[in-house]
Amino acid sequence: MPDFIITALLAGCGVAILAGPLGSFAVWRRMAYFGDTLAHSALTGIALGLILSINVNLAVIVCCLIIALLLIALQRNQTIATDTLLGILSHSTLALGLVVVGVFNRGQIDLNAYLFGDILAANTADLWIIASTIAIVLPLLIWLWKPLISITIHEELAQVEGVPVAATKVALMLMLALVIAIAMKIVGVLLITALLIIPAATSRRWVSTPEQMAVLASVIGMFSIAGGLGLSYYWDTPAGPSAVLTSSSLFLISLLRKPTA
Amino acid sequence: MLHTKIMNQTEHPLIQTHDLRFSVNDQVIVDDVSLSLSANKIVTLIGPNGAGKTTLVKLILGLLKPTAGQIIRQSGLRIGYMPQKIQIDSSLPLSVDRFLKLAPKSSFTVTEIAELTRIGHLLSQPIYRLSGGETQRVLLARALLQKPELLVLDEPVQGVDVVGQRELYQLICQIRDELQCGVLMISHDLHLVMASTDTVVCLDKHVCCHGHPETVTSNPAYLDLFGQHQTTGVVGYTHHHNHVHDESGTDHGKCSHGDQPNA
Repeated sequence: MPDFIITALLAGCGVAILAGPLGSFAVWRRMAYFGDTLAHSALTGIALGLILSINVNLAVIVCCLIIALLLIALQRNQTIATDTLLGILSHSTLALGLVVVGVFNRGQIDLNAYLFGDILAANTADLWIIASTIAIVLPLLIWLWKPLISITIHEELAQVEGVPVAATKVALMLMLALVIAIAMKIVGVLLITALLIIPAATSRRWVSTPEQMAVLASVIGMFSIAGGLGLSYYWDTPAGPSAVLTSSSLFLISLLRKPTA
Repeated sequence: MLHTKIMNQTEHPLIQTHDLRFSVNDQVIVDDVSLSLSANKIVTLIGPNGAGKTTLVKLILGLLKPTAGQIIRQSGLRIGYMPQKIQIDSSLPLSVDRFLKLAPKSSFTVTEIAELTRIGHLLSQPIYRLSGGETQRVLLARALLQKPELLVLDEPVQGVDVVGQRELYQLICQIRDELQCGVLMISHDLHLVMASTDTVVCLDKHVCCHGHPETVTSNPAYLDLFGQHQTTGVVGYTHHHNHVHDESGTDHGKCSHGDQPNA
Protein backbone atom coordinates (compact mmCIF):
# COMPACT_ATOMS: atom_id res chain seq x y z
CA MET A 1 0.00 0.00 0.00
CA PRO A 2 1.44 3.39 -0.92
CA ASP A 3 2.49 5.78 1.85
CA PHE A 4 -0.07 8.42 0.98
CA ILE A 5 -2.88 5.93 1.64
CA ILE A 6 -1.42 5.13 5.07
CA THR A 7 -1.20 8.85 5.89
CA ALA A 8 -4.75 9.40 4.67
CA LEU A 9 -6.00 6.46 6.74
CA LEU A 10 -4.25 7.74 9.88
CA ALA A 11 -5.63 11.25 9.34
CA GLY A 12 -9.16 9.93 8.78
CA CYS A 13 -9.06 7.62 11.78
CA GLY A 14 -7.73 10.44 13.95
CA VAL A 15 -10.67 12.62 13.00
CA ALA A 16 -13.07 9.68 13.53
CA ILE A 17 -11.82 9.23 17.12
CA LEU A 18 -13.18 12.69 17.97
CA ALA A 19 -16.09 12.68 15.54
CA GLY A 20 -17.63 9.64 17.30
CA PRO A 21 -18.34 11.17 20.72
CA LEU A 22 -18.90 14.73 19.44
CA GLY A 23 -21.16 13.44 16.68
CA SER A 24 -23.12 11.55 19.34
CA PHE A 25 -23.68 14.83 21.17
CA ALA A 26 -24.71 16.45 17.90
CA VAL A 27 -27.33 13.69 17.50
CA TRP A 28 -28.53 13.72 21.12
CA ARG A 29 -28.77 17.52 21.24
CA ARG A 30 -30.12 17.84 17.69
CA MET A 31 -27.24 20.00 16.59
CA ALA A 32 -26.88 18.78 13.00
CA TYR A 33 -27.72 22.18 11.60
CA PHE A 34 -25.34 23.79 14.05
CA GLY A 35 -22.57 21.55 12.70
CA ASP A 36 -23.42 22.62 9.16
CA THR A 37 -23.15 26.27 10.11
CA LEU A 38 -19.76 25.78 11.69
CA ALA A 39 -18.58 23.79 8.69
CA HIS A 40 -19.71 26.40 6.21
CA SER A 41 -18.07 29.13 8.22
CA ALA A 42 -14.81 27.25 7.77
CA LEU A 43 -14.88 28.43 4.15
CA THR A 44 -14.90 32.01 5.37
CA GLY A 45 -11.83 31.00 7.35
CA ILE A 46 -10.13 29.88 4.17
CA ALA A 47 -11.02 33.20 2.55
CA LEU A 48 -9.57 35.09 5.51
CA GLY A 49 -6.42 33.02 5.30
CA LEU A 50 -6.09 34.01 1.64
CA ILE A 51 -6.67 37.73 2.16
CA LEU A 52 -4.41 38.00 5.19
CA SER A 53 -1.87 35.55 3.73
CA ILE A 54 -1.77 33.51 6.91
CA ASN A 55 -1.78 29.75 7.35
CA VAL A 56 -5.13 28.50 6.04
CA ASN A 57 -5.49 25.76 8.68
CA LEU A 58 -4.98 28.28 11.45
CA ALA A 59 -7.42 30.73 9.85
CA VAL A 60 -10.07 28.01 9.62
CA ILE A 61 -9.66 26.99 13.27
CA VAL A 62 -9.85 30.60 14.46
CA CYS A 63 -12.85 31.32 12.25
CA CYS A 64 -14.77 28.23 13.47
CA LEU A 65 -14.08 29.16 17.10
CA ILE A 66 -15.26 32.74 16.53
CA ILE A 67 -18.46 31.62 14.80
CA ALA A 68 -19.14 29.12 17.62
CA LEU A 69 -18.83 31.89 20.22
CA LEU A 70 -20.95 34.23 18.10
CA LEU A 71 -23.68 31.57 17.84
CA ILE A 72 -23.72 31.08 21.60
CA ALA A 73 -24.04 34.84 22.14
CA LEU A 74 -26.80 35.19 19.55
CA GLN A 75 -28.72 32.20 20.92
CA ARG A 76 -28.69 33.66 24.40
CA ASN A 77 -30.05 36.98 23.19
CA GLN A 78 -32.82 35.39 21.21
CA THR A 79 -34.99 37.50 18.92
CA ILE A 80 -35.26 35.04 16.02
CA ALA A 81 -35.67 31.28 16.04
CA THR A 82 -32.44 29.30 16.30
CA ASP A 83 -32.89 27.40 13.04
CA THR A 84 -33.55 30.62 11.13
CA LEU A 85 -30.46 32.16 12.68
CA LEU A 86 -28.39 29.11 11.76
CA GLY A 87 -29.78 29.15 8.24
CA ILE A 88 -28.77 32.78 7.78
CA LEU A 89 -25.29 32.36 9.23
CA SER A 90 -24.65 29.04 7.54
CA HIS A 91 -25.34 30.18 4.02
CA SER A 92 -23.98 33.69 4.44
CA THR A 93 -20.62 32.39 5.62
CA LEU A 94 -20.56 29.83 2.79
CA ALA A 95 -21.39 32.50 0.21
CA LEU A 96 -18.89 34.95 1.69
CA GLY A 97 -16.21 32.29 1.53
CA LEU A 98 -17.01 31.44 -2.11
CA VAL A 99 -17.04 35.10 -3.19
CA VAL A 100 -13.79 36.00 -1.46
CA VAL A 101 -12.02 32.88 -2.68
CA GLY A 102 -13.34 33.60 -6.20
CA VAL A 103 -11.93 37.13 -6.15
CA PHE A 104 -8.63 36.60 -4.35
CA ASN A 105 -7.67 33.11 -5.46
CA ARG A 106 -4.76 33.26 -7.89
CA GLY A 107 -4.32 29.54 -8.01
CA GLN A 108 -2.94 29.18 -4.46
CA ILE A 109 -5.80 26.93 -3.36
CA ASP A 110 -8.04 24.35 -4.92
CA LEU A 111 -11.59 25.25 -3.88
CA ASN A 112 -12.90 21.76 -4.61
CA ALA A 113 -10.46 20.28 -2.14
CA TYR A 114 -12.02 22.40 0.59
CA LEU A 115 -15.62 21.85 -0.48
CA PHE A 116 -15.41 18.08 -0.87
CA GLY A 117 -12.22 17.20 0.99
CA ASP A 118 -8.89 15.93 -0.20
CA ILE A 119 -7.91 13.23 2.22
CA LEU A 120 -5.38 11.73 -0.20
CA ALA A 121 -3.38 14.98 -0.04
CA ALA A 122 -3.05 14.74 3.76
CA ASN A 123 0.58 15.13 4.81
CA THR A 124 2.67 14.74 7.94
CA ALA A 125 1.90 18.32 9.00
CA ASP A 126 -1.82 17.51 8.88
CA LEU A 127 -1.21 14.41 10.99
CA TRP A 128 0.50 16.57 13.61
CA ILE A 129 -2.42 19.02 13.68
CA ILE A 130 -4.88 16.15 14.06
CA ALA A 131 -2.78 14.49 16.77
CA SER A 132 -2.53 17.75 18.75
CA THR A 133 -6.27 18.31 18.46
CA ILE A 134 -6.89 14.83 19.81
CA ALA A 135 -4.44 15.52 22.65
CA ILE A 136 -6.45 18.63 23.60
CA VAL A 137 -10.03 17.54 22.94
CA LEU A 138 -10.08 13.91 24.11
CA PRO A 139 -8.99 14.52 27.75
CA LEU A 140 -11.33 17.53 27.91
CA LEU A 141 -14.18 15.42 26.62
CA ILE A 142 -13.54 12.69 29.19
CA TRP A 143 -13.24 15.24 31.98
CA LEU A 144 -16.49 16.97 31.01
CA TRP A 145 -18.36 13.77 30.12
CA LYS A 146 -20.74 13.65 33.09
CA PRO A 147 -21.75 17.35 33.02
CA LEU A 148 -22.14 17.12 29.23
CA ILE A 149 -24.55 14.20 29.60
CA SER A 150 -26.36 16.08 32.38
CA ILE A 151 -26.94 19.22 30.31
CA THR A 152 -28.03 17.07 27.37
CA ILE A 153 -30.79 15.55 29.50
CA HIS A 154 -32.10 18.72 31.13
CA GLU A 155 -30.22 22.01 31.36
CA GLU A 156 -32.19 23.48 34.25
CA LEU A 157 -32.02 20.31 36.32
CA ALA A 158 -28.27 20.28 35.72
CA GLN A 159 -28.03 23.95 36.77
CA VAL A 160 -29.94 23.34 40.02
CA GLU A 161 -27.64 20.39 40.71
CA GLY A 162 -24.65 22.69 40.41
CA VAL A 163 -23.37 21.97 36.89
CA PRO A 164 -21.84 25.09 35.28
CA VAL A 165 -24.23 24.83 32.33
CA ALA A 166 -23.11 27.86 30.29
CA ALA A 167 -19.41 27.00 30.53
CA THR A 168 -20.04 23.35 29.66
CA LYS A 169 -22.06 24.36 26.59
CA VAL A 170 -19.32 26.72 25.43
CA ALA A 171 -16.76 23.93 25.86
CA LEU A 172 -18.89 21.57 23.75
CA MET A 173 -19.30 24.14 20.97
CA LEU A 174 -15.58 24.90 20.93
CA MET A 175 -14.64 21.22 20.81
CA LEU A 176 -17.09 20.73 17.97
CA ALA A 177 -15.65 23.74 16.14
CA LEU A 178 -12.10 22.37 16.50
CA VAL A 179 -13.07 18.96 15.18
CA ILE A 180 -14.93 20.47 12.24
CA ALA A 181 -11.90 22.59 11.43
CA ILE A 182 -9.63 19.55 11.22
CA ALA A 183 -12.23 17.32 9.54
CA MET A 184 -12.55 19.81 6.68
CA LYS A 185 -9.36 18.47 5.14
CA ILE A 186 -10.77 14.95 5.13
CA VAL A 187 -14.31 15.23 3.81
CA GLY A 188 -14.67 18.91 2.96
CA VAL A 189 -16.93 21.69 4.14
CA LEU A 190 -20.10 20.29 2.59
CA LEU A 191 -19.79 16.77 3.99
CA ILE A 192 -18.40 17.24 7.49
CA THR A 193 -21.77 16.98 9.24
CA ALA A 194 -22.24 13.58 7.59
CA LEU A 195 -19.07 12.29 9.24
CA LEU A 196 -20.37 13.53 12.61
CA ILE A 197 -24.00 12.47 12.40
CA ILE A 198 -24.13 9.26 10.35
CA PRO A 199 -21.72 7.05 12.36
CA ALA A 200 -23.41 8.17 15.61
CA ALA A 201 -26.89 7.44 14.23
CA THR A 202 -25.65 4.09 12.92
CA SER A 203 -24.26 2.96 16.25
CA ARG A 204 -27.50 3.73 18.12
CA ARG A 205 -29.14 0.37 17.47
CA TRP A 206 -26.28 -1.64 18.90
CA VAL A 207 -25.74 0.15 22.19
CA SER A 208 -27.39 0.73 25.55
CA THR A 209 -25.19 3.39 27.17
CA PRO A 210 -23.95 6.80 25.97
CA GLU A 211 -20.32 5.64 26.24
CA GLN A 212 -20.88 2.59 24.07
CA MET A 213 -22.53 4.80 21.49
CA ALA A 214 -19.64 7.27 21.44
CA VAL A 215 -16.99 4.54 21.06
CA LEU A 216 -18.93 2.54 18.47
CA ALA A 217 -19.54 5.74 16.48
CA SER A 218 -15.76 6.27 16.36
CA VAL A 219 -15.21 2.72 15.16
CA ILE A 220 -17.90 3.04 12.49
CA GLY A 221 -16.34 6.36 11.44
CA MET A 222 -12.96 4.62 11.00
CA PHE A 223 -14.56 1.84 8.93
CA SER A 224 -16.21 4.48 6.76
CA ILE A 225 -12.91 6.23 6.15
CA ALA A 226 -11.20 2.94 5.32
CA GLY A 227 -14.10 2.01 3.00
CA GLY A 228 -13.92 5.40 1.28
CA LEU A 229 -10.17 5.08 0.77
CA GLY A 230 -10.62 1.55 -0.57
CA LEU A 231 -13.24 2.67 -3.07
CA SER A 232 -11.04 5.57 -4.07
CA TYR A 233 -7.94 3.38 -4.47
CA TYR A 234 -9.55 0.62 -6.54
CA TRP A 235 -12.22 2.49 -8.49
CA ASP A 236 -10.79 5.98 -8.49
CA THR A 237 -13.83 7.57 -6.81
CA PRO A 238 -13.45 10.81 -4.80
CA ALA A 239 -12.33 9.65 -1.33
CA GLY A 240 -14.32 12.00 0.97
CA PRO A 241 -17.72 11.44 -0.64
CA SER A 242 -16.95 7.69 -0.82
CA ALA A 243 -16.33 7.64 2.94
CA VAL A 244 -19.68 9.38 3.51
CA LEU A 245 -21.42 6.85 1.23
CA THR A 246 -19.78 3.97 3.10
CA SER A 247 -21.17 5.28 6.38
CA SER A 248 -24.62 5.83 4.84
CA SER A 249 -24.59 2.19 3.68
CA LEU A 250 -23.65 1.07 7.20
CA PHE A 251 -26.54 3.19 8.48
CA LEU A 252 -28.97 1.49 6.13
CA ILE A 253 -27.73 -1.91 7.28
CA SER A 254 -28.21 -0.83 10.92
CA LEU A 255 -31.88 -0.18 10.19
CA LEU A 256 -32.34 -3.91 9.66
CA ARG A 257 -31.56 -4.47 13.30
CA LYS A 258 -34.33 -4.09 15.87
CA PRO A 259 -33.56 -1.35 18.38
CA THR A 260 -32.43 -2.81 21.69
CA ALA A 261 -32.55 -0.10 24.33
CA MET B 1 -51.96 18.46 67.80
CA LEU B 2 -48.43 17.59 66.80
CA HIS B 3 -49.23 18.41 63.20
CA THR B 4 -50.28 21.94 64.05
CA LYS B 5 -47.18 22.45 66.14
CA ILE B 6 -44.92 21.49 63.25
CA MET B 7 -46.78 23.84 60.98
CA ASN B 8 -46.16 26.73 63.31
CA GLN B 9 -42.39 26.30 63.29
CA THR B 10 -41.74 29.14 60.93
CA GLU B 11 -38.90 30.90 62.77
CA HIS B 12 -36.22 29.54 60.43
CA PRO B 13 -37.58 29.57 56.92
CA LEU B 14 -35.52 27.69 54.32
CA ILE B 15 -36.18 30.37 51.75
CA GLN B 16 -37.86 33.73 51.99
CA THR B 17 -38.70 36.06 49.15
CA HIS B 18 -39.41 39.75 49.60
CA ASP B 19 -41.36 41.69 46.97
CA LEU B 20 -39.95 39.52 44.24
CA ARG B 21 -40.53 40.94 40.80
CA PHE B 22 -39.60 39.65 37.38
CA SER B 23 -40.32 41.37 34.10
CA VAL B 24 -39.30 40.92 30.49
CA ASN B 25 -39.46 43.93 28.17
CA ASP B 26 -41.53 45.90 30.69
CA GLN B 27 -44.04 43.06 30.90
CA VAL B 28 -44.43 42.03 34.50
CA ILE B 29 -44.51 38.25 34.93
CA VAL B 30 -44.06 37.99 38.67
CA ASP B 31 -45.27 40.94 40.68
CA ASP B 32 -44.11 41.66 44.24
CA VAL B 33 -44.30 38.14 45.58
CA SER B 34 -43.34 37.58 49.18
CA LEU B 35 -43.47 34.10 50.56
CA SER B 36 -41.59 31.84 52.88
CA LEU B 37 -40.88 28.13 52.76
CA SER B 38 -40.19 26.14 55.89
CA ALA B 39 -39.06 22.66 56.74
CA ASN B 40 -41.72 19.99 56.92
CA LYS B 41 -44.31 22.17 55.25
CA ILE B 42 -45.95 21.74 51.87
CA VAL B 43 -46.74 24.92 49.97
CA THR B 44 -48.73 24.61 46.76
CA LEU B 45 -48.74 27.28 44.08
CA ILE B 46 -51.88 27.39 42.02
CA GLY B 47 -52.97 29.81 39.34
CA PRO B 48 -54.17 30.01 35.75
CA ASN B 49 -51.88 29.53 32.75
CA GLY B 50 -49.52 32.47 32.41
CA ALA B 51 -49.81 33.34 36.09
CA GLY B 52 -46.04 33.15 36.49
CA LYS B 53 -45.95 29.96 38.56
CA THR B 54 -43.04 28.38 36.75
CA THR B 55 -41.20 31.72 36.58
CA LEU B 56 -41.58 32.16 40.33
CA VAL B 57 -40.22 28.65 40.89
CA LYS B 58 -37.26 29.40 38.60
CA LEU B 59 -36.54 32.59 40.56
CA ILE B 60 -36.59 30.65 43.81
CA LEU B 61 -34.26 28.02 42.33
CA GLY B 62 -31.89 30.74 41.14
CA LEU B 63 -32.37 29.83 37.48
CA LEU B 64 -33.59 33.36 36.77
CA LYS B 65 -32.44 36.62 38.30
CA PRO B 66 -35.19 38.78 39.78
CA THR B 67 -35.73 42.25 38.32
CA ALA B 68 -36.39 43.55 41.82
CA GLY B 69 -36.86 42.23 45.31
CA GLN B 70 -34.80 39.76 47.20
CA ILE B 71 -34.47 36.08 47.99
CA ILE B 72 -32.93 34.90 51.23
CA ARG B 73 -31.76 31.30 51.17
CA GLN B 74 -30.53 29.39 54.16
CA SER B 75 -26.84 28.92 53.51
CA GLY B 76 -25.86 25.56 52.04
CA LEU B 77 -29.50 24.68 51.42
CA ARG B 78 -29.86 21.40 49.50
CA ILE B 79 -32.62 21.75 46.93
CA GLY B 80 -34.11 18.83 45.03
CA TYR B 81 -35.77 19.94 41.81
CA MET B 82 -38.26 18.01 39.75
CA PRO B 83 -38.79 19.75 36.41
CA GLN B 84 -42.18 19.92 34.76
CA LYS B 85 -41.29 17.42 32.12
CA ILE B 86 -38.24 15.91 30.62
CA GLN B 87 -37.80 15.13 26.97
CA ILE B 88 -35.01 12.72 26.37
CA ASP B 89 -34.33 12.07 22.72
CA SER B 90 -34.70 8.37 21.94
CA SER B 91 -31.28 8.61 20.28
CA LEU B 92 -29.72 8.87 23.76
CA PRO B 93 -29.35 5.38 25.22
CA LEU B 94 -29.89 5.95 28.93
CA SER B 95 -31.26 3.59 31.56
CA VAL B 96 -33.19 4.80 34.59
CA ASP B 97 -30.37 3.57 36.81
CA ARG B 98 -27.81 5.61 34.87
CA PHE B 99 -30.08 8.67 34.89
CA LEU B 100 -30.29 8.49 38.68
CA LYS B 101 -26.53 8.06 39.02
CA LEU B 102 -26.00 11.42 37.31
CA ALA B 103 -27.25 13.17 40.47
CA PRO B 104 -24.42 14.91 42.34
CA LYS B 105 -23.00 13.44 45.57
CA SER B 106 -26.01 11.39 46.62
CA SER B 107 -26.74 10.84 50.29
CA PHE B 108 -28.97 7.90 49.46
CA THR B 109 -28.15 4.90 47.31
CA VAL B 110 -30.12 4.41 44.14
CA THR B 111 -31.62 1.23 45.64
CA GLU B 112 -32.89 3.09 48.72
CA ILE B 113 -34.51 5.81 46.65
CA ALA B 114 -35.91 3.31 44.15
CA GLU B 115 -37.60 1.52 47.02
CA LEU B 116 -39.05 4.73 48.45
CA THR B 117 -40.43 5.88 45.10
CA ARG B 118 -41.34 2.32 44.02
CA ILE B 119 -39.37 2.34 40.79
CA GLY B 120 -37.16 -0.68 41.53
CA HIS B 121 -38.62 -2.64 38.61
CA LEU B 122 -37.82 0.22 36.19
CA LEU B 123 -34.10 0.66 36.89
CA SER B 124 -32.83 -1.24 33.85
CA GLN B 125 -35.42 0.28 31.46
CA PRO B 126 -34.38 2.91 28.91
CA ILE B 127 -35.74 6.18 30.20
CA TYR B 128 -37.47 7.34 27.03
CA ARG B 129 -39.78 4.31 27.12
CA LEU B 130 -41.35 5.09 30.50
CA SER B 131 -45.00 6.06 30.81
CA GLY B 132 -46.02 9.48 32.14
CA GLY B 133 -46.49 8.27 35.70
CA GLU B 134 -43.25 6.26 35.70
CA THR B 135 -41.28 9.23 34.37
CA GLN B 136 -42.63 11.47 37.13
CA ARG B 137 -41.64 8.97 39.82
CA VAL B 138 -38.15 8.64 38.31
CA LEU B 139 -37.76 12.44 38.26
CA LEU B 140 -38.91 12.55 41.87
CA ALA B 141 -36.35 9.89 42.75
CA ARG B 142 -33.59 11.97 41.13
CA ALA B 143 -34.66 15.02 43.13
CA LEU B 144 -34.51 13.00 46.35
CA LEU B 145 -31.08 11.43 45.91
CA GLN B 146 -29.12 14.20 47.58
CA LYS B 147 -31.52 14.20 50.56
CA PRO B 148 -32.95 17.66 49.89
CA GLU B 149 -33.98 20.04 52.64
CA LEU B 150 -36.32 21.66 50.14
CA LEU B 151 -38.11 19.81 47.39
CA VAL B 152 -39.32 21.91 44.45
CA LEU B 153 -41.82 20.19 42.16
CA ASP B 154 -43.13 21.80 38.98
CA GLU B 155 -46.47 20.14 38.24
CA PRO B 156 -45.44 16.75 39.60
CA VAL B 157 -48.55 14.95 38.38
CA GLN B 158 -48.39 16.13 34.77
CA GLY B 159 -49.34 13.40 32.33
CA VAL B 160 -50.46 11.07 35.12
CA ASP B 161 -53.96 9.58 35.32
CA VAL B 162 -56.22 10.50 38.22
CA VAL B 163 -55.52 7.42 40.32
CA GLY B 164 -51.81 7.86 39.73
CA GLN B 165 -52.10 11.52 40.75
CA ARG B 166 -53.53 10.57 44.14
CA GLU B 167 -50.74 8.04 44.62
CA LEU B 168 -48.09 10.56 43.68
CA TYR B 169 -49.42 13.20 46.06
CA GLN B 170 -49.53 10.62 48.83
CA LEU B 171 -45.95 9.67 48.02
CA ILE B 172 -44.88 13.33 48.23
CA CYS B 173 -46.59 13.54 51.61
CA GLN B 174 -44.86 10.40 52.79
CA ILE B 175 -41.50 11.76 51.64
CA ARG B 176 -42.09 15.02 53.50
CA ASP B 177 -42.81 13.01 56.65
CA GLU B 178 -39.73 10.83 56.25
CA LEU B 179 -37.20 13.48 55.22
CA GLN B 180 -38.80 16.36 57.15
CA CYS B 181 -38.13 18.54 54.13
CA GLY B 182 -39.99 21.59 52.92
CA VAL B 183 -41.96 21.18 49.71
CA LEU B 184 -42.91 23.77 47.12
CA MET B 185 -45.05 22.52 44.30
CA ILE B 186 -47.05 23.84 41.40
CA SER B 187 -50.45 22.41 40.67
CA HIS B 188 -53.31 23.09 38.31
CA ASP B 189 -55.99 21.35 40.26
CA LEU B 190 -56.42 22.38 43.86
CA HIS B 191 -58.83 19.60 44.73
CA LEU B 192 -56.43 16.74 44.30
CA VAL B 193 -53.64 18.52 46.16
CA MET B 194 -55.81 19.86 48.89
CA ALA B 195 -55.44 16.87 51.18
CA SER B 196 -51.67 16.93 50.93
CA THR B 197 -50.87 20.60 51.30
CA ASP B 198 -50.46 22.91 54.28
CA THR B 199 -50.56 26.26 52.53
CA VAL B 200 -51.98 27.26 49.18
CA VAL B 201 -50.66 30.31 47.39
CA CYS B 202 -52.97 31.49 44.67
CA LEU B 203 -50.93 33.32 42.07
CA ASP B 204 -51.94 35.55 39.20
CA LYS B 205 -48.67 37.43 38.71
CA HIS B 206 -49.15 38.74 42.26
CA VAL B 207 -50.32 36.71 45.23
CA CYS B 208 -54.14 36.84 45.10
CA CYS B 209 -54.68 35.02 48.32
CA HIS B 210 -52.96 32.43 50.43
CA GLY B 211 -53.62 30.26 53.41
CA HIS B 212 -55.03 26.91 54.36
CA PRO B 213 -56.62 25.13 51.35
CA GLU B 214 -60.10 25.23 52.89
CA THR B 215 -59.98 28.96 53.48
CA VAL B 216 -58.50 29.67 50.07
CA THR B 217 -61.29 27.86 48.23
CA SER B 218 -63.83 30.13 49.84
CA ASN B 219 -61.80 33.31 49.26
CA PRO B 220 -63.47 35.66 46.74
CA ALA B 221 -60.11 36.24 44.97
CA TYR B 222 -59.76 32.50 44.38
CA LEU B 223 -63.34 32.15 43.13
CA ASP B 224 -62.74 35.13 40.84
CA LEU B 225 -59.73 33.46 39.31
CA PHE B 226 -61.07 29.95 38.96
CA GLY B 227 -64.81 30.52 38.83
CA GLN B 228 -67.20 28.09 40.46
CA HIS B 229 -66.53 25.14 38.17
CA GLN B 230 -63.65 23.80 40.22
CA THR B 231 -65.83 23.60 43.27
CA THR B 232 -68.68 21.84 41.46
CA GLY B 233 -67.94 19.59 38.50
CA VAL B 234 -64.51 18.22 39.32
CA VAL B 235 -65.35 17.50 42.91
CA GLY B 236 -67.47 14.57 41.73
CA TYR B 237 -64.31 12.51 42.01
CA THR B 238 -63.75 12.82 45.75
CA HIS B 239 -64.75 9.31 46.74
CA HIS B 240 -62.25 8.15 49.31
CA HIS B 241 -60.22 5.02 49.02
CA ASN B 242 -58.97 3.62 52.25
CA HIS B 243 -56.06 2.01 50.43
CA VAL B 244 -54.40 2.28 47.06
CA HIS B 245 -52.85 -0.27 44.75
CA ASP B 246 -49.70 0.47 42.84
CA GLU B 247 -48.52 -1.43 39.79
CA SER B 248 -46.96 -4.20 41.84
CA GLY B 249 -50.27 -4.80 43.57
CA THR B 250 -49.04 -3.97 47.06
CA ASP B 251 -51.16 -1.92 49.43
CA HIS B 252 -49.76 1.32 50.70
CA GLY B 253 -51.01 3.12 53.73
CA LYS B 254 -52.75 6.41 53.34
CA CYS B 255 -50.93 9.64 53.65
CA SER B 256 -50.87 10.62 57.29
CA HIS B 257 -52.59 13.94 56.62
CA GLY B 258 -54.60 12.66 53.74
CA ASP B 259 -58.13 12.77 54.95
CA GLN B 260 -58.15 15.64 57.37
CA PRO B 261 -57.51 18.88 55.58
CA ASN B 262 -59.22 20.59 58.51
CA ALA B 263 -57.00 19.05 61.18
